[in-house]
Amino acid sequence: MNIENLGFETINLGHGSGGELTRNLLDKIIFKTFSNPFLDQKHDGSIVKIEGEIAISTDSFVITPIFFKGGNIGDLSVHGTVNDVAMCGAIPKYLSLAFIIEEGLKVTEFIEIVQSIKKAADESGVLIITGDTKVVERGKGDKIFINTTGFGAMHPKANISVHNIKEGDQILVNGFIAQHGMAIMSEREGLEFESTIESDSTNLNFLVKDLLDKFGDKIKLFRDPTRGGLGTVLHEIANDISKGVFLKEVSIPMEKQVSAACEMLGLDPMYVANEGVFLVVVDKSISAEVLALMRAHEKGQNAAIVGEITTEHPNKVVMQSLIGGKRIVSPLVGEQLPRIC
Amino acid sequence: MKYLSEYRNLEATKKMLDEIHKITTREWNIMEICGGQTHGLVKNGILELLPEKVRMIHGPGCPVCVTPLNLIDKAIELLEQGVIVCSYGDMIRVPGSKKSLLEAKALGGDLRVLYSPIEAVSIAKQNPDKEVVFFAVGFETTAPANALSVLHAEKENIDNYSILASHVLVPPAMEAILSDELSTINAFLGAGHVCAIMGLQEYYPLVKKYKIPIVVTGFEPLDLVQGIYMAVKQLEEGRFDLENQYARVVKEEGNISAIKVIEKIFEIGAREWRGIGKIPKSGYVIKEAYRRFDAEAKFNISDIKVPENSNCIAGEILRGIKKPHQCEQFGKACKPSNPLGAPMVSSEGACAAYYHFSTNLID
Repeated sequence: MNIENLGFETINLGHGSGGELTRNLLDKIIFKTFSNPFLDQKHDGSIVKIEGEIAISTDSFVITPIFFKGGNIGDLSVHGTVNDVAMCGAIPKYLSLAFIIEEGLKVTEFIEIVQSIKKAADESGVLIITGDTKVVERGKGDKIFINTTGFGAMHPKANISVHNIKEGDQILVNGFIAQHGMAIMSEREGLEFESTIESDSTNLNFLVKDLLDKFGDKIKLFRDPTRGGLGTVLHEIANDISKGVFLKEVSIPMEKQVSAACEMLGLDPMYVANEGVFLVVVDKSISAEVLALMRAHEKGQNAAIVGEITTEHPNKVVMQSLIGGKRIVSPLVGEQLPRIC
Repeated sequence: MKYLSEYRNLEATKKMLDEIHKITTREWNIMEICGGQTHGLVKNGILELLPEKVRMIHGPGCPVCVTPLNLIDKAIELLEQGVIVCSYGDMIRVPGSKKSLLEAKALGGDLRVLYSPIEAVSIAKQNPDKEVVFFAVGFETTAPANALSVLHAEKENIDNYSILASHVLVPPAMEAILSDELSTINAFLGAGHVCAIMGLQEYYPLVKKYKIPIVVTGFEPLDLVQGIYMAVKQLEEGRFDLENQYARVVKEEGNISAIKVIEKIFEIGAREWRGIGKIPKSGYVIKEAYRRFDAEAKFNISDIKVPENSNCIAGEILRGIKKPHQCEQFGKACKPSNPLGAPMVSSEGACAAYYHFSTNLID
């Protein structure tokens, strides 16, 4: 995209006024990038046809810094919502996209974000069909906030419910945990800590679809442990069904660098955010097959069975330590790291 | 040589645990001084793997937990006066008498969470029109970095930087515990990282005076189990010696350059310990020559003593008289989301360790 032609270098209040500057911003950046038959109607909203039950999920993204190793706020805002729709057992198809921009944001940065959104949406197989752009005064935002809402029809074979879970069911994750949170942490001001850790931010919908295609209602639950990490999500599951979760620390996939960084900063990886990780709960009889399918998929190469559902210690998550002792994984209190998504 | 993975080895740890079981014939109470060790014991599930006769008592070695309530109030007052207050993350959720630093931040205070006081000096340099205070809490381990920050500020002529210091020392706390008539402690695991700075010299007199084994111990599962083994072995053999399990990190003489930096800025004086009270010669105070870097001298902040929450038994916890789950408030009125006292907040506090990790909570 040729920025020279835009005629402005930073976004100012006028770009959110609804007038000519707004039109300029929309035409030259937004509509040009995301052009599709729904959006090109340039109406107040889009009219789409979706048959049967649909899943809807919305999420706001306020991450700082807005650019980080492995992504930026743009692709994160697509992945986050696409994954939330997929976790319901649906096939994400459409996204809404709303920006709240602090005046003074560089147009080059905005364009980079918009292009990342486009790329992530294409890779996830979703269309941006409606949106909004507001600009707030300097000091009233933090560069840019994004809200996306995703829509998708339920997979015909899906029967996802925490209440389908029973004793003995196995818990799998698709890959290394704690990467996103630690990537963000390493970029924060005031932390003299350098690493090559990249965010794991990615879309998980195709792997979820493959699992549903093959195993249908034998898949009990999908969850993506974003804020609060794996520990918090497992705790929620245990509480929802009044059963226990038993984990083995040795089985939890984690990169050495991430593990070392967590240790250095005193953070527990069980509570560090992920953006490309999901857990799946399945009947024990199919757990090996599920694991094989996940490992054969690009987004699940480091998948592992990490634990199981038990009737012992109801409402509690208990982890067997590396040396064979046991400890509780309690719910996280407050944020380990603020504004990571 | 690696320093971590060998000390997390399952087989070696199991073997050492078996040895402890073999040699234990009597009941022993062993206190681990440091909160990091408490966490290591609980997080790795070591307590339940020890013989029933070997009971670990959790010591006062959590700097956040022993920082007096009114010092937190002082930090909050500075924040409310418009000072940029910098702190380690652990301190910010500890309740003061009215609110925590985090709550004061939500009300508009400029609070920065840092991993190093040297960064606070940079913040002072970048904000010459503002006062910057680092909340310098900790044992001997954090004292060198805090002292160094003062030296940096002095060298660069930064006069808008000061520290709100509450440095406490381990040996006087051990002595206070040993001279308490309620104390039932038979041996100590010494705090590995404190000794890495200070060396071993200060501990020989304690061993001799109180006829008590002290084993300076590290923090990994095998370190802890080996430290316990060495302590039990001494007790069973009727010995009382100073032994160093953590020799890969702790040298007899300590870290001489770090000690020099400490001695340049600080001198030993009386300090108030939350839950324990005032202990003479138990902490570092800023030397006269560096008083201009002492926030308590620099700012007009009130020094009002406020009573602790009467339902909190932090004092008994910190002296090892009671265990966290023996407190009536534990996990009920007192949780990390609503802590009645500091041991429930800090990541090194015994109550938080029990709340987060201990299987004692399993009904």
